[in-house]
Amino acid sequence: MSASVQSDPVVTVFEKGAPGRRAFVAPGLDVPEADALELLPAHLRREHPARLPELSEPELVRHYVKLSRRNFDLDTGFYPLGSCTMKHNPRLHERVAALSGHARLHPLQDPERSQGALELMWSLERALAEVSGLPHVSLQPSAGSHGELAGVLLTRAFHEDRGQHRTKVLTPDTAHGTNPATVTMAGYTVVKVGTNPDGGVDLDDLRAKADEDVACLMLTNPNTLGVFDPNITEIARIVHEVGATLYYDGANLNAIMGKARPGDMGFDIVHFNLHKSFTQPHGGGGPGSGPIAVSDRIRPFLMNPRIVRGEDGAFDLDDHGYEKSIGRLRGFQGNYGCFVRSYAYIRSLGGEGLADASETAVLNANYLLARLREKDADGRLPLAFGELCMHEFVLSGSPMKKDLGVRTLDLAKRLLDHGYHPPTVYFPLLVDEALLVEPTETETRETLDGFADAIADILAEAAGDPTVAQNAPYTTPVRRLDEAGAAKRPVIRQALSSD
Amino acid sequence: MTRYTSVTDADLAEMLAAIGVGSVQELFDRQIPAGVRLGRPLDLPPGLSEQEVYAHLRELAARNVSAEDEITFLGAGMYDHYVPAVVDMLLGRSEFLTPYTPYQPEVSQGSLQVMFEYQTAISELTALPVSNASVYEGPSAVASAGYLARLANGKARFVVSRGLHPHSRETLETYAHGFGAEIVEVPLRDGVTDPDAWAAAIDGDTGAVFFAQPNFLGAVEDAAALAAAAKDTPAVVVGQYDPIPLGILKPPGECGVDVAVGEGQALGNRLDFGGPSFGFFAATEAYLRRMPGRIAGETTDVDGRRGFVLTLQTREQHIRREKATSNICTAQALNALAGVVYLSWLGRQGLVELGELLLQRTHYARQRLTAVEGVRALHEQPVVREFALGLDVDGVDGVRAVIRRCQDAGVNPGYALGRDYEEYADGLLVALTEQRSRADIDRLADVLGAAVAAERAAVEVGA
Repeated sequence: MSASVQSDPVVTVFEKGAPGRRAFVAPGLDVPEADALELLPAHLRREHPARLPELSEPELVRHYVKLSRRNFDLDTGFYPLGSCTMKHNPRLHERVAALSGHARLHPLQDPERSQGALELMWSLERALAEVSGLPHVSLQPSAGSHGELAGVLLTRAFHEDRGQHRTKVLTPDTAHGTNPATVTMAGYTVVKVGTNPDGGVDLDDLRAKADEDVACLMLTNPNTLGVFDPNITEIARIVHEVGATLYYDGANLNAIMGKARPGDMGFDIVHFNLHKSFTQPHGGGGPGSGPIAVSDRIRPFLMNPRIVRGEDGAFDLDDHGYEKSIGRLRGFQGNYGCFVRSYAYIRSLGGEGLADASETAVLNANYLLARLREKDADGRLPLAFGELCMHEFVLSGSPMKKDLGVRTLDLAKRLLDHGYHPPTVYFPLLVDEALLVEPTETETRETLDGFADAIADILAEAAGDPTVAQNAPYTTPVRRLDEAGAAKRPVIRQALSSD
Repeated sequence: MTRYTSVTDADLAEMLAAIGVGSVQELFDRQIPAGVRLGRPLDLPPGLSEQEVYAHLRELAARNVSAEDEITFLGAGMYDHYVPAVVDMLLGRSEFLTPYTPYQPEVSQGSLQVMFEYQTAISELTALPVSNASVYEGPSAVASAGYLARLANGKARFVVSRGLHPHSRETLETYAHGFGAEIVEVPLRDGVTDPDAWAAAIDGDTGAVFFAQPNFLGAVEDAAALAAAAKDTPAVVVGQYDPIPLGILKPPGECGVDVAVGEGQALGNRLDFGGPSFGFFAATEAYLRRMPGRIAGETTDVDGRRGFVLTLQTREQHIRREKATSNICTAQALNALAGVVYLSWLGRQGLVELGELLLQRTHYARQRLTAVEGVRALHEQPVVREFALGLDVDGVDGVRAVIRRCQDAGVNPGYALGRDYEEYADGLLVALTEQRSRADIDRLADVLGAAVAAERAAVEVGA
C-alpha cells in the first residue's frame, strides 16, 4: 500500500475506458446467419444494452491490480482474526486445483468418467469422519452457516421421523450469530443458555431450559471465549436425556484436531469450515465449504446425492442414497474446488501433522497470551476467562477504555498503522470491549513477539496521548469511514449516465 | 514441525517457559478432560512431501474426463465458457485470494470496491436497482429468495414452474420445509410454463412465484406474462436467470420480476465439478433491507476521500442474530470478483455479441440435429444457448446408452432429461458455449446420428 496508490483518485471500473473499447473479441459467425428477430422475437428482446464497462485488457489489468493493492492480506502480514483461523494457504493447493481434470470437470459428467473426483470426495469424507469421530459425512454445504442449516434441518427430520414436533433450539450466549439466524431459518425458536464464571455453559441454566420441546443444543467447543468446556460430557447427557440432538459448530476445530473429537464428546452433528481449519483461502469473503459429519441416528436423513463405493472399488453418485433424506441444500455436489485443496492439505500433513497443527495453534495462542500479559503490567487488557486458552483467547478492553479513554476499536485501528490486521473486535458479545485473538499455527515466534510489542507500544502511547489511537489509522489507503452515513443513505452501485 | 509451521526446539523451550508449562501436551491435559481426549494418533495416511501430493492429485485428475478431454455439449446449469487469462491472474493475487471478509474497511478497499463494482454490474445485467455482493450459488439463491418472501409477506404458499432447475426446486423444498412453506408445482406445456395452470395456481395466499429464464428445457419463457399473472397479488415474483443470454434477453427488471437470482458460474468461473461459483441476487428497491448477505456501500472517510464499507449490516446475522434476513456469512467474494472481471472483459458490446453468436449457433445446432434420423425437437420455443431433443430410443436408459456411445467417440452430447423428468424420458438437453464451433456441432450431429442408429440396432438385435 504505497503512497502513489493512495494518491490516485478512487474511480470504479465503470468510470474508466471509453465507448468502443474492448478486451473480448467474439469468435466469428461460422454458421449461416438466420434472421435474429425470427429466432428471438422483439417482445422477448433486450432493448438497451447493459451499461457494462468498455476497456482494453491493459486497462482492465491495471485497474484490478491497483485495487488489489488497497487490500491487506494474509500473505503480507499477521492476521489474528479470532474464530476465523487465518492460517497459511499453501500454493500447492492452487496448483492442483487448477489441473484441468479437476477445474474443467463438469458436475454432471457420468460417474464412470469422474472416478478421480469421486474417489477424492470419498477419501475426504473418510478423513473428516476420522477427525470428527462421527462416521457419516456429506460434503454438500457451501460454508459454515450452510452446514449449520443442514444440521438443524437434519435435527428437524430426525424428530419428525419419530413423530415429534419440537419448537426450540438452545444456543449459548457466546454463540456465533450464524447459530441463532440458522435456527430461525429452520423454523425454530432460539432460547439462549447462559455462561458460567469459567466461560463454559451454565449447567443449571441448561438443566432449567432443556425440556421435551428442545430439538437441539448448538455448541462450539472450545467456544468463542477460547475455553474448552470441561463439562461437555454432562452437557451431552442433559441434552440427550430430553431427546434432543447436540450440534457442534466446527469454527474452532483448529484447536483439537487429533487431540479430541466431537463424536467422542457426544455430539450428533458437526460442521467443518474447510476455509478455516483446512486452508481453503478466504478470498476476501469466500468461497468456503462447510461439510457435515453425523452419528448413526442422523445418517438416514443426510442430503442426497450420496457417494457410494461398489464392491469392485468403483465410485458412484446415488440420488437416493439416503432413504429419508432432507433433500438437497444446493446444486450439484458441493464446492469441489475447496475439497481438492483441503484433501491436498490432509494428505500433506497426515494424522500426525494435523495433530501438530492443533498443538502448535494452542502453543502459539498461549505464548502470545503470555507475552501480552507480561507486557501489560497495568492490566489494561485482561484475559476475560481462565488462565490458559485453547487456540484463541478473549481480552477485554474495558480497563483500557476506562483508564485511558481508548476503546477496543481505537486499538484495532492503531494496529493497522503498525502493519497488523486487528483481532476480531466486539465479539463475543458478552465480553465488554472484546478482542478475540487467534494467531494460528503457521505464524513464527518472531511474529507473535512483534505483535505483542505493538500492543504494548500502543498502550504506552495511549497513556501519554490517547488521541493518537482515537484518530487512527493514518497510513492506510483511507482512514475511518462514515459507516452510519453509508447506511442512512445507501449508495450501493455506481451511478451511470443514462445514454 | 510440518512444512507450514516453524517452532524449533529452541523456540519451543522458550515458549513453554514463557507460558509456564512443561510441555504442549500439558496445555491440552489441563483443559480437556481425560475422558474426551483422543489418546491415539488419527487413523489417516502419513503425511507426504509436496511433490508426492502433487503426483497423487494429478493422478486423480487424470481419471476424470474434463471439458479439456472431449467436445462437450453438457450444460444443465453449468457451462463450459472460456475463462479469460486475466481472471486466473487476478484471482491468484495474494491481495484478493488471502484476506478475510472485509471487517476492517481501511485496509480492505480493494475487496470492498470490487463488491461495489460487482453489485453495479449485476444491477446493469438484471435492470434491478439492488444487488448484494453474492450468495453461495444458484439453487440456494432461489431458496433464499423464498425465505425473503416468507419474511416479507408471511404467506406460506409458493408456486413453482416445473421449468425451474430440478436442483433449485429440490433446494427450495428443503429450505421451505424448515421455515414452513408449501410448494405447488405448475407443469410445462409445449416446452414452457403452462400459462393457464400458472395463472390458476396463483392466489391471494401465494407468497412467491418462481420460474427460470430460459427454463430447464432451454426454452425462453414469456417472463413479462408470467410476472403479470402475479401482479395484483402479494406474491414476490422470483426469476432464476442464466446471466449469459441477458445480453439479448429482456432483463428481469423490465419484466416485472421482483427478485432475480441465478447461478453465476458461467461468468468467468471454472466448472470445478460444481463449485465453488457464486449466486447472484438482485431485487427491486422495496427489498433493499430484506436482502440476504453482504452489501458494499459508498461513503467517505474523515478526510473526505471516497471509500467503501459493508453496509446495511443490521440485516445480518452477526448484528441481528435470530432476526437476521439470512444466516449467510462467508459467501463467494472471490468468485464474484471473477464475475465482475469477466463482465468487464466482455464489455458492453461483448455481452451482446456473445448472446447473438450463441443464438445463431444454437439455432444452427437445433436444425442440424433435428435433421438427424431418430432425433426430433422436444419443443419449438425460442432457444438461446440450450435446447431439448427427443431421441427415438428406449427411455432414459436408451438416452444414457446413446450418451455413452457418443462419449466413446469423443463427444459429450448433453444431459439425459429423463433423470429429472419422467415425462421427457427420451429427452436430451444440449448446451452451447462460444467454445463450441460449427465444426464441433457438425461432429456432434454425425456422432449422435451414429449413436442413435447403433442403439436402435442393438435394441432390435437384443429383442
